[in-house]
Amino acid sequence: MPDRPRLAVWKFASCDGCQLSLLDCEEELLSLAGAVEIAYFLEASRKTLPGPYDLSLVEGSITTPEDAERIQEVRRLSKRLVTIGACATAGGIQALRNFARIEEFVSAVYASPEYIRTLERSTPIAAHVPVDFELQGCPVNRLQLLEVISAFLAGRTPAIARHSVCVECKRAGTPCVLVARGTPCLGPVTQAGCGAICPGYARGCYGCYGPMETPNTPSLARGWQALGSSDRDLLRAFRTFNAGAEPFRRESEAHAG
Amino acid sequence: MPVRKLTLEQLARVEGEGSLELSLQDGKVETARLKIFEPPRFFEALLRGRAFSEVPDIVARICGICPVAYQMSAVHALEHALGVSVGAPLRLLRRLLYCGEWIESHVLHIVMLHAPDFLGYPDVIAMAREHGAEVRRGLALKRAGNEILRVLGGREIHPVNVRVGGFYRLPTPSELGALRRTLEPAREAAIALLRWVARFPMPDYERDYEFVSLRHPSEYPMNEGQLVSNRGLSLAAEEFDSEFEESHLPHSTALYCALRRRGSYLVGPLARYNLNFDRLPASVQSLAREAGLGPACRNPFRSILVRAVEVVFACEEALRLLAAYEPPEAPSIPLPRAAGEGHACTEAPRGMLYHHYRLAADGTIQEARIVPPTSQNQASIEEDLRLLAESLLAEPEETLRERCEQAIRNYDPCISCSTHFLRLVIRRS
Repeated sequence: MPDRPRLAVWKFASCDGCQLSLLDCEEELLSLAGAVEIAYFLEASRKTLPGPYDLSLVEGSITTPEDAERIQEVRRLSKRLVTIGACATAGGIQALRNFARIEEFVSAVYASPEYIRTLERSTPIAAHVPVDFELQGCPVNRLQLLEVISAFLAGRTPAIARHSVCVECKRAGTPCVLVARGTPCLGPVTQAGCGAICPGYARGCYGCYGPMETPNTPSLARGWQALGSSDRDLLRAFRTFNAGAEPFRRESEAHAG
Repeated sequence: MPVRKLTLEQLARVEGEGSLELSLQDGKVETARLKIFEPPRFFEALLRGRAFSEVPDIVARICGICPVAYQMSAVHALEHALGVSVGAPLRLLRRLLYCGEWIESHVLHIVMLHAPDFLGYPDVIAMAREHGAEVRRGLALKRAGNEILRVLGGREIHPVNVRVGGFYRLPTPSELGALRRTLEPAREAAIALLRWVARFPMPDYERDYEFVSLRHPSEYPMNEGQLVSNRGLSLAAEEFDSEFEESHLPHSTALYCALRRRGSYLVGPLARYNLNFDRLPASVQSLAREAGLGPACRNPFRSILVRAVEVVFACEEALRLLAAYEPPEAPSIPLPRAAGEGHACTEAPRGMLYHHYRLAADGTIQEARIVPPTSQNQASIEEDLRLLAESLLAEPEETLRERCEQAIRNYDPCISCSTHFLRLVIRRS
């Protein structure tokens, strides 16, 4: 089968969870491997094929000078480039450094800071190269990932909803934790895709799928304050796994005091 | 003599980024360096100032393959700091959750990452063309482990249901019933996996390691126990610093952890098995013997077999726990808000994982320290590679390279955890 499209998977600063989602496709993995040629996926194979690649999936954020160069090379080798996960689309949890002094972060962890080469900021892939599609989530949803791959193979736009987690709660019949129990929840400003897991487990959404399309974060923040949340609570809530995503970053600044 | 350089550009099928550099002189291996250049993410720094309640969600993001291990060490250490402990039913659910992660992570490593080395394939997909039934059986088994994580944790990667003091929500009887029906065939699949792996050709190599793992009075260790070794070590988690020290070397973004008095040591399935064979149920012991393992095993290549034994154990243990489970009154226990300091070690699939936290009076983290298994094994991996490479110097470079990669995978290294990707550079002079 010489004409199968070539798929590549790349890792930058991340936990491997999003590429693991691909290996977690227990039932679909072998059929996927039949539909595409897995040309570069180091977590899965020592055999690598040279580019160009028809579709590159990129996990992780840019945090070192070497990675800032490597992503340029990945873009040159890729016809289509899709970023997967909160690290690649928003800088990830490691973007908390963007709000602190990096020297102080390095010396808090390493005895010899001079051995560490790192950038002051953790930035999403789109800050460095043009990106064809961004799939949000920490981690991404396995079925959404398969949808994105299928869509790109078929040359269509991926069917990924941009509405909020609230819609998923309603569909699942989960009572609203914010309204019914007074539990602070980021669901109203967070993009759907996870299946509204947290409210299903009796806790508020903590925003790991990042901002939905046009989120009204100030209104939600007022709702949290009415439930007794402090500025510090709000600051931390908006500064977690998608701290670098613009609507969350902006709202966090409003509570930074 | 001219310097000869052999480069293994990428070590694949490990979780992370790094390289291996061997310097050879007069037919001897001078140095073996496992260089880890996974970009650091500074978790211990970014945890400071966070509420203790956020820690289980944050530390899960250190590793997508073993998030439960990070959550378990964190909740135990934080409960230690707060001076509380959960009752028997919640403890049981935590152990059940850990069984899920051991199954999922071990089967991923055995079938998808390590078995291709033994059978001579570049990856699981190529291997599946000739060993399709075994691969599909492995994937189904991995799915069973993931199903435990999904039911108890909410999802497989970065579970959401773990909190300091217990869980957010208890599983329902119907969820647990479905889990039992998934695990019964999984136990059979795990035995078949062990018998399959027992037929793999094993390189002949042994080393006298210091094994370090938890040891519990009655159970095969997961969440609790004394830290012990085969050279007389026996201490509680809070005494970790008295015997272990971390150091920072220029070639690695992972810290090295060593025993203050004796240097390198080994954590993980091989260590747990050697130190706790007597804690395995008789049924699992006899399956291990049938697979050719005695109570002691010093061949790191046979760790794949030990991992398979642990998968059988985890399936059996999960079924036992499900049968014994009686729901607690509440999904979590009440927690005080107080200053304090706490330590805990639990057994991640790859080995012992130490966490230490200092809490301020307002319940925020003042200081955090995390010592993952791969940084503890880094020195031991380098010693294995040095000895192994020395015995293989006469072999073609491709053989040497493949065997070194396989030896690194013996440890199932999780380089994202320890800070990720291996490139082999061999310098000959």
